[in-house]
Order: sequence, then structure tokens, then C-alpha cells
Amino acid sequence: MSQATSAIRVRDLRKRFGATLALDDVSLDIQPGEFFGLLGPNGAGKTTLISILAGLTRADSGHAAILGHDVVRDYRQSRRALGVVPQELVYDPFFNVRETLRIQSSYFGLGNNDGWIDEIMHHLDLVQHADKNTQNLSGGMKRRLLVAQALVHKPPVIVLDEPTAGVDVDLRRSLWEFVSRLNREGHTILLTTHYLEEAEALCGRIAMLKSGRIVACDTTRNLLQLTNEHCVQLRLDRDEVPIAWQDRLLRDAEGSWRASFSEYTELETLLADLRHAGLRVTEMHLQEPDLEDVFTDIMKRA
Amino acid sequence: MSGFAALFYKELLRFWKVAVQTVVAPVVMALLYLLIFSHALESRIEVYPGVSYTSFLVPGLVMMSMLQNAFSNSSSSLIQSKMQGNIVFVLLPPLSYLEFFLAYLGAAILRGLIVGLGVWAVTLWYAPFQLPHPGWLLAFALLACAIMGAIGIMAGIWAEKYDQLAAFQNFLIMPLTFLSGVFYSIHTLPPFWQAVSRANPALYLIDGFRYAFVGQSDTDPWLGLLVAGACFVAISALTLMLLKSGYKLRH
Repeated sequence: MSQATSAIRVRDLRKRFGATLALDDVSLDIQPGEFFGLLGPNGAGKTTLISILAGLTRADSGHAAILGHDVVRDYRQSRRALGVVPQELVYDPFFNVRETLRIQSSYFGLGNNDGWIDEIMHHLDLVQHADKNTQNLSGGMKRRLLVAQALVHKPPVIVLDEPTAGVDVDLRRSLWEFVSRLNREGHTILLTTHYLEEAEALCGRIAMLKSGRIVACDTTRNLLQLTNEHCVQLRLDRDEVPIAWQDRLLRDAEGSWRASFSEYTELETLLADLRHAGLRVTEMHLQEPDLEDVFTDIMKRA
Repeated sequence: MSGFAALFYKELLRFWKVAVQTVVAPVVMALLYLLIFSHALESRIEVYPGVSYTSFLVPGLVMMSMLQNAFSNSSSSLIQSKMQGNIVFVLLPPLSYLEFFLAYLGAAILRGLIVGLGVWAVTLWYAPFQLPHPGWLLAFALLACAIMGAIGIMAGIWAEKYDQLAAFQNFLIMPLTFLSGVFYSIHTLPPFWQAVSRANPALYLIDGFRYAFVGQSDTDPWLGLLVAGACFVAISALTLMLLKSGYKLRH
């Protein structure tokens, strides 16, 4: 891919904070229109990477560019192209919601932007709070305001750094609807989250970071196929299991038995053995592998 | 420079919204100083022949208020934004370090001038209006607010906690402004302390400013202008260097 076409392009980024290597030669390309997930445990370097893209942190070496604009050399263009929702719930207690958005918009040279400000306030359910001082907003409303602030200049590339941490279900749902809509309208989305089911549902492609290195980067579908660990959960009519399965069936706190398997034929064998032993299955659940299994697996191996 | 205008406006709005604290309070404070000191000393001291102590004190108080409030505006805005974390709102947009500097500086100058004007206005009841050299008044008022506004930016960037900024204010800014001939002429000091006072740049600001009001001073206003101008250039250059490097703002 040429540099001009990537929404986000990162090459050999390295950043050290004291003794910790926060980013260790990270390279990444995110194409325009992608919904991209960046996953990793705390301290993996996700926020450092985002901060470098936003110009809040300077890399020790390597390059980063937003839509072809280098984040250091062409910072005016790159920052104009980028909207960042920071992880911390920050606000300026001197201003109300509308003032905050007008001021933020004017920093980008957009003095008369009330039409768009009204529109984002509407989509984020902020209209009835427009004249409220930001310090009187609930946590969820503050989060919405941060999202609105990131969007005042209609950035083609939007970065959301753990936007749903500590956010209630309603807001989470409306936020994802809004962000998905922006993505459908052509905005590139880069998302970091600890909620893997969110990433699985939303992101077309995912990169996993561990200790400053990218340990996996693929489409969500391909990543899900990396693991074929299925899990079965059973309840039996009697309190015993066939001898051959004593090592593989594990008892959980509620008295159910669990076993993991990679091939469905193993499940057939299990059921046959149970029948053979005269045991009846009273309840059974099958669990498909999800991103959490893949994530745990990759983090363990990396 | 639209980014500059936006940030400048936001900084004005910030202090104007709490004007009771940022403008009225310092004016009242200066008035109290005037009442107490002029009551205690008016009949006992005549610093320059033909100039009453109150007339001598007023320009000093106006200048001291300008110095302290210009410093306070940029430094407290920055430390509050840093502590609160909302400094990212100005770090994320495409603002240059020069725009950043000029916006905080401009707001600090304006706050200093507004407070100075306020102090002068309330003291007009106590000291007759006289202004033989309005040009010097403007020059020293602007330079003083600019120097302190720039120092405030530097202190606000450097300080990581409120108490660090408070230490800067209490152990540097306050002594420099109080011990600069606001309340007395340095000619009344012993030679050693006169020499020490001459090393304090705030002395030249207050002395030159007073010259504009009473037509007499301890130092030559042209020397004052030179010292103040050099201070402003040096401090601004240092502050701009820090901002350009991203010191403590862009890690």
C-alpha cells in the first residue's frame, strides 16, 4: 500500500519510558473505511501508540502518518484529519456543553459550526444538556461530550481509546450505533477496548499488542479460526463419570461437568461413553470459541 | 492564526467567568494596602519632594497587582488544565507552539491590564489624577504583564502539582514584587540592600511605571526599559524553546 492511501500508517515505532519499552518496533497499516480494533492487556502500549498518532507523545524513532500526513512534520494536516476520544474522563469545568464544543471547533478554525455541533449533540443525546456546566454532567454524559469534541471538525479518522470503560449498557449501545454509522459513512475507526465481545462484533480487523509488540494482526474472522477449542458443559443424572473421562471432565461449582475439545468426533465419543456407562445427560450446552479464547491463547503464547 | 484567536478567546472567557476572583478580589486587596499604608505613613514619609506618600504608593500598587495577576492568569490556567487533564483539548488541535504561547501570553497581559486599571480607578479617590508621561505608563504596563505572563506559562508548564506552583509564587514572585520598591524608595535602604534591589528586574518595572505618574524615579526609565525588554526577550525565548520541545506537555 502506498503511504498516501493508508488512513493510519505506522512504521517501526519505538518509544521508551525510563526502563520500559512501551513500543518496540511497531508497524501497522489501517486502510480508509476500516473498523480496526487494537487489543492488549494494560500496559501493552495501546495508549502510547494512540498518543503518538495524536501528537501527544513523541516517538523515539519510527514514523506515523494520518492519511499520508506525518504526525510530526505535517502535524496541522494530520491533527485536522484525526479525532481522538481520550481514555481519561476529562472536561473543562469553566464551560458548559455548547461552549465546550464551540471552543473545540474554533481551535480547528471552524468558527461558525453550530449546524454540525447541533447535529452531533442530537446524535449523542446531549441537546437537553447543552447549557449545563460540564462539571455537573454524569460520567456517561461526560463521555458523550468527549466523543462530540472529537467529532467537531468532522475528522475522517476517529480514534476511540477505551470509550466504554465504566459506561452503562444504554450509552454503550447508542455509542456503538453512532460510531458504526460514522464507519458506514466512510470514517475510519480505530478502537481500543477491554471488552472483547465488542471488538469481535464491531471490528473487521484486529491487532493484538503485548509488551509493545504486535503479536497478531488479522481479520476478526481469521483470528476466530485460530482456535478450535470448543467447550461442552453437561449435567448428568448421577454423580459419576466414565473412567476414561475422569481426567478430562472437570466439575464446576454448580455441579456441572466441563470438557474442551477441538473435534466434534470427540463429543460423539464422549456421548457414546456416557450412554455406555448408563449415565443420562439432563442438560447440555455447547460453547463456540470466541475472541476471548483467541486473545488468551495468543497472549499466553506470545 | 485562527487557532491563536480561538485559544486567546477561551483564555479570556476563562478568567472573565470568574471575574470576582480574578479581577475584583485583587482590586480590593490593593485598596486595602492603600488604606492601611497611607493611613500609617502619609504624615510621616515624603519619598520625593512635593509627592505625597499616597501618590507615591498608588503606581506601585497598580504595578504590583498587574505583575501578580498576569503571572497568576497563565500559570493557574495551565496547571488547572494539566491537573484536570483537559490540556489535551488544546494539544490535540493543529495549534503551533507559537500560537499556544501568544494566546496564553495575550490573555495574561489583558488580565493584568484590566486589574491594573481597576486598581488605578479605585485609588483615584485617594490620590489626585496626574499622568505626566502616558507613553512610559503604556510601555511599562505592557512589558510588565508580558514578562509575568511568560513566566507564568513557564511555571505552569514546569509545575506538576499545585504546591510546586504555589512554592514558585510564594518564594519567587511574591518577594520579587514586594521587595521592589512598591512601598518605599530604594534610596532609603542601606547600600548593600540597594545593590540587591537593583538586581531585581521588578524594581525597574515599578520604578519606571511610577515615573510615568509622578515624574520622578530612583532609576532612569530608559535603563528600566532596556532591562525589562531584555528580560522579556530572554524569558520568551526560553519559554518558546520549552514549548517547541514539548517539555512536560508532549512527552
